[in-house]
Amino acid sequence: MNTLPFPLREADGLGRRSMTAMQGDPRGADLRLRGVRRSFGDRAVLRGIDLDIPAGQFLAIVGRSGCGKSTLLRLLAGLDAPDRGEIAIDGSTAPQRGVVRIMFQEPRLLPWNTVARNVAVGLGDRAGAREVAAALGSVGLSDRANDWPSVLSGGQKQRAALARALVSRPRVLALDEPLGALDALTRIEMQTLLERAWAEQGFTAVLVTHDVAEAVILADRILVLEDGFIVEDVMVDLARPRAHGQPKAALIEGRVLQRLLGAAAGQRFARMDG
Amino acid sequence: MTMHRRAMVPWVLPAALLAVWQAGCMLGLIRSDVLPAPTDVAVAGWRLALSGELLRNVEVSAWRAAVGFVIGGGIGFVLGLLNGLSPGSERVLDSTLQMVRNIPHLALIPLVILWFGIGEQAKLFLVALGVFFPIYVNTQHGVRSVDPHLIEMAHAYGMTRATMIRRVILPAALPSIFVGLRYGLGITWLTLIVAETISATSGIGYMAMNAREFLLTDVVVFAILVYAALGKLADSAVRLLERLCLSWNPVYRDV
Repeated sequence: MNTLPFPLREADGLGRRSMTAMQGDPRGADLRLRGVRRSFGDRAVLRGIDLDIPAGQFLAIVGRSGCGKSTLLRLLAGLDAPDRGEIAIDGSTAPQRGVVRIMFQEPRLLPWNTVARNVAVGLGDRAGAREVAAALGSVGLSDRANDWPSVLSGGQKQRAALARALVSRPRVLALDEPLGALDALTRIEMQTLLERAWAEQGFTAVLVTHDVAEAVILADRILVLEDGFIVEDVMVDLARPRAHGQPKAALIEGRVLQRLLGAAAGQRFARMDG
Repeated sequence: MTMHRRAMVPWVLPAALLAVWQAGCMLGLIRSDVLPAPTDVAVAGWRLALSGELLRNVEVSAWRAAVGFVIGGGIGFVLGLLNGLSPGSERVLDSTLQMVRNIPHLALIPLVILWFGIGEQAKLFLVALGVFFPIYVNTQHGVRSVDPHLIEMAHAYGMTRATMIRRVILPAALPSIFVGLRYGLGITWLTLIVAETISATSGIGYMAMNAREFLLTDVVVFAILVYAALGKLADSAVRLLERLCLSWNPVYRDV
């Protein structure tokens, strides 16, 4: 693994990969949600979600704050349980250890462990110096293995967190706005890294984001969540790697934004850009 | 050179005070039975060291400090950890402990003498009681204020409860535990001074009280300085330990 050079835009492997993803990749797991509901007190956050995510798909979930997108992700990652309905991973509703890994908005590294020890958290009790080194290599942090997290930049911390999530080669990667706190350039680098890791490892990716442009760049499919329901399900049928500001991408972005913002604002956006 | 000069700065004031003190005694401005000259104190110390009396008493005091500290600190640490981790245990124990905490432990001296006489148990009990609370309170606080994000991460990565305590909760609580440790050490020496002066037949405090009977002011002053030195030594040791254990924390790095 990890033989591709880091700033990679011309890797044509990505384009082929998105086609095989549609046929189902043996590495990724498929997810099936039926009638999933979750309330906190009186507030119904998810009000009946039915969703099938094929193995290996890169799915993005967008929505306004409080629409339930993070709750949905936490349910998928097994950090929370639905009040009603069921979630099946590869057809099984029993919780399975290590199948789903989650990456949070904050890196959440253990400050008292070196970068390498932090990545090893992803392996559980299993020691695996070789896996850790490979994971660090794949995110370009080989030379920072023995540093404390406190000396890393925000982007490097998030790369270490990505290495931790991927070191055990999970079959589903849940991403809770992991790029939200990064600056624009670091963000583009991280998107590339994420897409490459997905292409190489073939896991099913579920990305929660408020950034529609990011969803269009990365995802095979975008869901719009509103008031606890899925109100839009858009396939992004574009070749990879995708460039920011591509006309077809802008069109899809406009459509999703339209749904998010309400009709009038969305049309204004489409005129401006198209 | 500048490094050396900077390292010397904290010592300038004590050295100046010492010089003024010595000069005051030599000029007869300070009576020697009120405050003997530093040189007289040094001579008294030298005499005590040669006779072996100093070492014997330091040993006794250090042993009391260490044993009392380990007992009180150990119980405080365990209960702090328990009550920090388990809200149930906290509900049962914490308010009782807080009530006891509000009794100054030195106020128990008459009772302790009635219970244990002036034997070793009395001193160890007082030291342990004094040390217990700072360690208990700070451990509990440290455990309670672990970043919930890290706990959730540990949970998401399938850590068992034991692993989570070892790898997440204890290291996160460590800075706070060290605060309790240093505070507890201060209380250890304070308690020992009082306990040894009131009821003892050995130790630095006894040495000072015994000297008072014979109006040996130089020995009394020397004993006080020994306490200061022992306290400072213990504190420095903990600070060194702190710096070694918390090197991951930018606050403790290169201090």
